[in-house]
Amino acid sequence: MSVSQTGTIFAPATATGRAGVAVYRLSGPAAREAITRLCHPNQLPEPRQASLRTLVDPVTDDVIDHALVLWFPGPGSFTGEDVVEFQTHGGRAVADTLLRVLAALPGFALAEPGAFTRRAFENGRLDLTEAEAIADLVHAETEAQRKQALRQMRGALGALYQNWHDRLKTILAYCEASIDFADEELPDDLMQAQRGQLQTLSTDIQQHLADGHRGERIRDGLSIAILGAPNAGKSSLLNKLAAREAAIVSPIAGTTRDVVEVQLDLGGYAVSLADTAGLRETADVIENEGVRRALARAEKADIKILVYDAGQAADAATDALHDNDSLIVFNKVDTLNDAARNALRHNARACLISAETGEGLAEFTRLLIGLIAARYPTGGAAPLTRARHRQAIEEATEHLTRATGATEAALMAEDVRLAMRALGRVTGRVDVEDLLDIIFRDFCIGK
Amino acid sequence: MPNLNELYDVIVVGGGHAGCEAAAASARMGARTLLATHKLETIGEMSCNPAIGGLGKGHLVREIDAMDGVMGRVADAAGIQFRLLNRSKGPAVQGPRAQADRKLYRQAMQRVLAEQANLTIKAIAVEDLLTDGDSVSGIIGADGTPYRAGAVIITTGTFLNGLIHLGEEKTPAGRVGDPPAIGLSNTLKRLNFPMGRLKTGTPARLNGKTIHWDRLEMQPGDEPPVPFSTLTRRITTPQIACGITYTTANTHQIIRDNLSRAPVYSGQIEGVGPRYCPSIEDKVVRFADKERHQIFLEPEGLDDDTVYPNGISTSLPRDVQTAFIRSIIGLEDVEIIRHGYAIEYDYCDPRALRPTLETRKINGLFFAGQINGTTGYEEAAAQGLMAGLNAALKVGGGQPFTLDRSQAYIGVMVDDLITRGTNEPYRMFTSRAEYRLTLRADNADQRLTPLAMELGCVGADRRRHFDGKLTALAAARSLASSLKATPNKLNEYGIKINADGVWRSALDLLTYPDIHFSDLTGFWPELSTLDTSIVEQIEIDGKYAGYMQRQEGDINAFRKDEALALPENLDIDAIGSLSAEIRQKLKQSKPTTLGAASRIPGMTPAALVALLRYVRRDKKSA
Repeated sequence: MSVSQTGTIFAPATATGRAGVAVYRLSGPAAREAITRLCHPNQLPEPRQASLRTLVDPVTDDVIDHALVLWFPGPGSFTGEDVVEFQTHGGRAVADTLLRVLAALPGFALAEPGAFTRRAFENGRLDLTEAEAIADLVHAETEAQRKQALRQMRGALGALYQNWHDRLKTILAYCEASIDFADEELPDDLMQAQRGQLQTLSTDIQQHLADGHRGERIRDGLSIAILGAPNAGKSSLLNKLAAREAAIVSPIAGTTRDVVEVQLDLGGYAVSLADTAGLRETADVIENEGVRRALARAEKADIKILVYDAGQAADAATDALHDNDSLIVFNKVDTLNDAARNALRHNARACLISAETGEGLAEFTRLLIGLIAARYPTGGAAPLTRARHRQAIEEATEHLTRATGATEAALMAEDVRLAMRALGRVTGRVDVEDLLDIIFRDFCIGK
Repeated sequence: MPNLNELYDVIVVGGGHAGCEAAAASARMGARTLLATHKLETIGEMSCNPAIGGLGKGHLVREIDAMDGVMGRVADAAGIQFRLLNRSKGPAVQGPRAQADRKLYRQAMQRVLAEQANLTIKAIAVEDLLTDGDSVSGIIGADGTPYRAGAVIITTGTFLNGLIHLGEEKTPAGRVGDPPAIGLSNTLKRLNFPMGRLKTGTPARLNGKTIHWDRLEMQPGDEPPVPFSTLTRRITTPQIACGITYTTANTHQIIRDNLSRAPVYSGQIEGVGPRYCPSIEDKVVRFADKERHQIFLEPEGLDDDTVYPNGISTSLPRDVQTAFIRSIIGLEDVEIIRHGYAIEYDYCDPRALRPTLETRKINGLFFAGQINGTTGYEEAAAQGLMAGLNAALKVGGGQPFTLDRSQAYIGVMVDDLITRGTNEPYRMFTSRAEYRLTLRADNADQRLTPLAMELGCVGADRRRHFDGKLTALAAARSLASSLKATPNKLNEYGIKINADGVWRSALDLLTYPDIHFSDLTGFWPELSTLDTSIVEQIEIDGKYAGYMQRQEGDINAFRKDEALALPENLDIDAIGSLSAEIRQKLKQSKPTTLGAASRIPGMTPAALVALLRYVRRDKKSA
């Protein structure tokens, strides 16, 4: 059995870099030794109270840093094990030394991603949904992701699932009642009534599923494609937004022959912004492939930015991509006279920018964030955050659909059971005793 | 030197449904078996309602029969009204049920046992067990006579420390008119078995001659009756109808007015009763807005005027019983033969048992039936069968024989009992079976008879019959798959099929939900020569094919967890990071597999991971 599964694990809990403070977390049976061996003075601090110590390399006696030290004895800690937290100054040098010194302690190992959460889960400190929400929180680099992860922990999603769970459980209990207590005085239309309930539930769940993968998008990042004719200024726009030279920009039409992507934080949303090859008919095989990829990218993008050269005539290839999820941008407006600008302003949903001079970019960014927020709101009904949830719930609806169409009570009940089991992978298992409790509560059974 | 005449392989204590089946099974396995019961005349007695089978229970009877057990055959001989329940709801949930003539049942059971080779039956009131260290070595009768055996099966039903409640009266008894088994109860307590107390009840018995049958709705049985046993060709016992009546507002008023005199409400009864078999006083209180409750009036026999009023079990005092019963439609002038009562009895927490129903504490000692916290003749008989087989195997040095949840309702029940225990009398329901579409009453023989034949508990008759059925099934399947036609031909004939040009066999067509065998016999007249029971089987297999395929995947996953065996000497205290509650639960049921551990209520994924890790580590260091 490897250390990473049973020993003491440690990891930086904050991103490495130039931040002012860095937090390191340690969990496991030997966690206290990190204090007794590294800290000066070396006695354990009061549980859950910050205490200032000097961190010293036990081999060389060199001072590593001055740190705030927290001691969370198990099993009341986050992972259920003994936990130590060091809060040091930020910076590479301290991080490198501290991680090296910790790794040298017997029984210590650098934590695998998610290892703290997994220990917490295995020690019964978290249920699966909570564990996933925390994993999301750890990875939440943007505000929108953080808000969603927090709401899930507070249970908006849980409450929604619980509602489906309870409804399905009752339907299943009534189906089982009509099978197992055929000789009792049950309502005649019990099974038929469940069919109706199933249909309603199935519709509710399907509506939720049809949320455009909103939650997953927020978690995994939205995909935005910049599209337009060659040399309309797509790459320049990308570079302005990314504030670095991600795409090669040159005045030669057709420079971007493949899809160039950058990751951005736009108004709290994680966004993957893609620059694409200019859309035009061409004999160049490589460029043609670029155009094909651009169109494929347009197809799967959540939001499209359609860039036109304000000085050029109509661009039919770009017009064809226009829909509700697209934002129209006229670039190079610095080259236009006032009359031409005013003519373009009649198009209410269009932005007039100059990637070259930066004119109109702030307004464009505001409009883009507005469009994202309108399509992917982070308030309101709790969206699905996990592909795993979606999969389980999709499986449940498949069974619900089959159940409503079943000709035979036994087969209908079978699919309701399977639907319950699939949903239970998210909301918790339903035991036969739970069903019997409902049956004996709701029906007078007994001959 | 023990008396060789009193030396057996297996001794079964008790002649009820568990005891009879246990004794027969042990003897079929070739073990020299003694059935010891306090009274020979009551062997095979139906102490409560005179009926066998039903939903889940009927499945159990078919499974017992598939293992060549006796209950199905005896019920077929004694049945006076057969009904297949859930006829319209699909083959997987159909349960055969029969009302039985109480006397005919007893007689048939006693005859079957008398004919059983290797089986001795004696009237012995068993007082105590003989033990040798932590192994059982026999029993001691009330007169002090020792009877020695390698294994003992206790099937004492409600007799262990039985106490009858009838109004304010309390009478120690195993059944009305029979003394309780106090000595044995004390023995089990002395041996430190975890004993608890349960309750069950029975209604009054009525004189059928004084019932106004003309005021009642009558319910006949099925025609023709469907027997339990695959060995029964035809039901020859005359069939009767039952009456259906209802309680009235007056009935409910009388009961409400006298609740303070009901032992269940006065605090006189401590045992827990079954939720699915409430007394009429319970029903009136808990479902106060229900205007009437249905009652089946079931004659107890062809030449017996006693009628069993199913649905009004009670322990109210005699005068109250008489008054409320006479307020029921058709019973205005009824004469009560015997009043209803509640009975409390000792049971042993079944988590003290191994999957073979042998106790973990005492080697060679097996428990079966109500002593394990179950209720019902069928549940008792099924446990008797398993205990009988395993007692014989144990003495003969064979490997234990168990069935899992994917193989049989018997497996579901035993697993539920030994891993989860029970806090009310346990009854079988089809909803307890995860693999309900697989565990059908119609395929019990195909599921279990091959296993039973391999085990050696099947007689020549059944073997011949079963082999014949398999041959007929194979021939019918091969015929049905050889008959093929194009969609055009089928559509011309009126069988609606997608015109894709693909040839389809009769067997293929039967997998379509709306195509039935009867639709095909006109097109392929050869099919009409097949036996109806064979046709039925093929049709069910066809209709369920898609579902069975999916279920097979589930069963494979289930078996993976079952294959992860936990050592019997697992030191629960040595496993880290378990809560005190989980630790306690693991100690109580000592799961034998990881799958069984996962079915313990309250078990957490974290605890399972800890258990798995510990076992894995244990294996590595071993």
